[in-house]
Amino acid sequence: MAKHYGHVQALDGADFSASPGEVAALIGDNGAGKSTLVKVLAGAIRPDGGEILIDGSPVHFSSPADARGHGIETVYQDLALAPDLDAAANLHLGRELYRLPFPRILNRKLMRVRARAAFAELGIELPDLRAPVAGLSGGQRQSVAVARAVAYASRIIFLDEPTAALGVVQRGRVLDTIRRVRDRGIAVVLISHNMPEVLAIADRVEVLRLGRRVATFAAAQASVDQLVGAMTGSLEINGDGAR
Amino acid sequence: MSGDARQAAPVPPGEEPASRTAGRAGAGTGGQADAGEGRTGGRWLMQRLIAANETWTLLALIVLGAFFTIRAPGRFFTLDDFSLIAQNSAALLVMAVGQTFVILTAGIDLSVGAVLVLSGVVADLYYLHHGGNSASWVTIAVGAVIGLATGAGWGAVQGFLVAKARIVPLITTLAGFGAATGASYLITGGADFRTVPARLVNTIGLGGLGGLPWLIVISFATAIVFGLILAYTRFGRYTYAVGSSPVAARRAGIGVDGHLIKVYALAGMLSGLAGILSLANFDSTTIAGHSFDNLSVITAVVLGGASLFGGRGSMLGTVIGVFIPAVLLTGLVIINVNQYWQDVAIGVVLAAAVYLDQFRRRLRERT
Repeated sequence: MAKHYGHVQALDGADFSASPGEVAALIGDNGAGKSTLVKVLAGAIRPDGGEILIDGSPVHFSSPADARGHGIETVYQDLALAPDLDAAANLHLGRELYRLPFPRILNRKLMRVRARAAFAELGIELPDLRAPVAGLSGGQRQSVAVARAVAYASRIIFLDEPTAALGVVQRGRVLDTIRRVRDRGIAVVLISHNMPEVLAIADRVEVLRLGRRVATFAAAQASVDQLVGAMTGSLEINGDGAR
Repeated sequence: MSGDARQAAPVPPGEEPASRTAGRAGAGTGGQADAGEGRTGGRWLMQRLIAANETWTLLALIVLGAFFTIRAPGRFFTLDDFSLIAQNSAALLVMAVGQTFVILTAGIDLSVGAVLVLSGVVADLYYLHHGGNSASWVTIAVGAVIGLATGAGWGAVQGFLVAKARIVPLITTLAGFGAATGASYLITGGADFRTVPARLVNTIGLGGLGGLPWLIVISFATAIVFGLILAYTRFGRYTYAVGSSPVAARRAGIGVDGHLIKVYALAGMLSGLAGILSLANFDSTTIAGHSFDNLSVITAVVLGGASLFGGRGSMLGTVIGVFIPAVLLTGLVIINVNQYWQDVAIGVVLAAAVYLDQFRRRLRERT
């Protein structure tokens, strides 16, 4: 993958793969290209070079909708929720359910029922499904965004810093959710700054630096020091992308 | 949103057209009442009502009506007054319906009054060449369609400039306002067309449907139809979503640019409809008579609880918002107070309404 903004090379031949039923962590220092790589893979931005393969065949995403059509869902760092809409509306944003094909009259009741089920499945409790998400806590908003991704993902979920804004309890919930999703045979890609958390949940850790993958670790055998070393460039180990 | 003259700011939620319990969530969540879920009970309903913006705006309207009724017993609270107020506000209401959609997308449309005039002028130009005063109903209908299309086209161009060329709505529609006004003067040569089909004036302008003036029937029907569209359809939901967070909407696969163009085209089309109503009402193209309509319309929508930052507001609020200044004006005239106090009063009420709303919104978001 390659992507540049003007003279800034955000992605410089970064390579990445995800497999079903596996949690892969993507780590790197600020500006290493993590978020850019995820946005490319989620169809939110177009790469300048490189290719995306699904089950071995190349695909092109010209919009997030294309990626979603392939069962790829993303939880963005900024959550991408509409703050004035309620949780059920956000869960179905862009995928509303209708009473009739035409005119397109919303089936609010069904959307609410589905939303309640989706939240319940993840053990999420919201005080009021009809309150605008602007009034929810940071953790609750995060839950809504995660639930939305989980509800529709059939292949891959990208989670960009999913626990950054959360308290301890909610953080544990999100990690539980990640395990549950993984056990469904979905590939989970976790972008995080939190090394202990990464080692706790990931099966595999990929390190990005300056737009390239510089190292790959099996999480079970890696230590925080090793990860930090690879991120900062002070350590170079068995990275298949190493220079 | 653009730092527009009335620096109104976030105004909280709103909700659905009439008959609804006006849940505070406002926004796309819309008519909560259909839920039929376990959460009934008077307390919940009360909470919703207290939180709903419309409750307070409606209360303000009722207090105004009561005040003038008490001050001028037997003179204010009459059906004739209300009928007259509603007729005089018909064009404003129709434009406010379109403006509500635009403001919900965090936009603003300053061109409404000018597009009203231009659409009326273009329609009347057609009438002048097709029978003039004695034009048939078919001609009248064709002319009306031409007027609506003129407005819709004008609005679509503005929407294109906003969505694709990314010129801020304030400037786009200010330019549109100037250009449409200029075009009207060019077409008419600066003097109003005073030949309007008699059937149009006598029926739509002066007549009624079973005692209810056509102007009222048409303007309220417009508000109800588009209020339902706003609250219950995909188009409405996307309007809220685009205004609430364009980024979230885009990532959710919503065609944000296309939707904006449609919304501005809708606002233009409704200005065109208002243009036909104005022709019928005044028997003239009134090219100099609508310079401040844009401000009146925006005031109404904001008084009705819509947020200039987008995503919050409702059609019911807008309808109430249209009638607050109208009732105030009529009332002041009846109790013999200089009518220009109305402008002062509306200014104060507008600032107070926005301040109160911000205050309530801050309270809510803190919890």
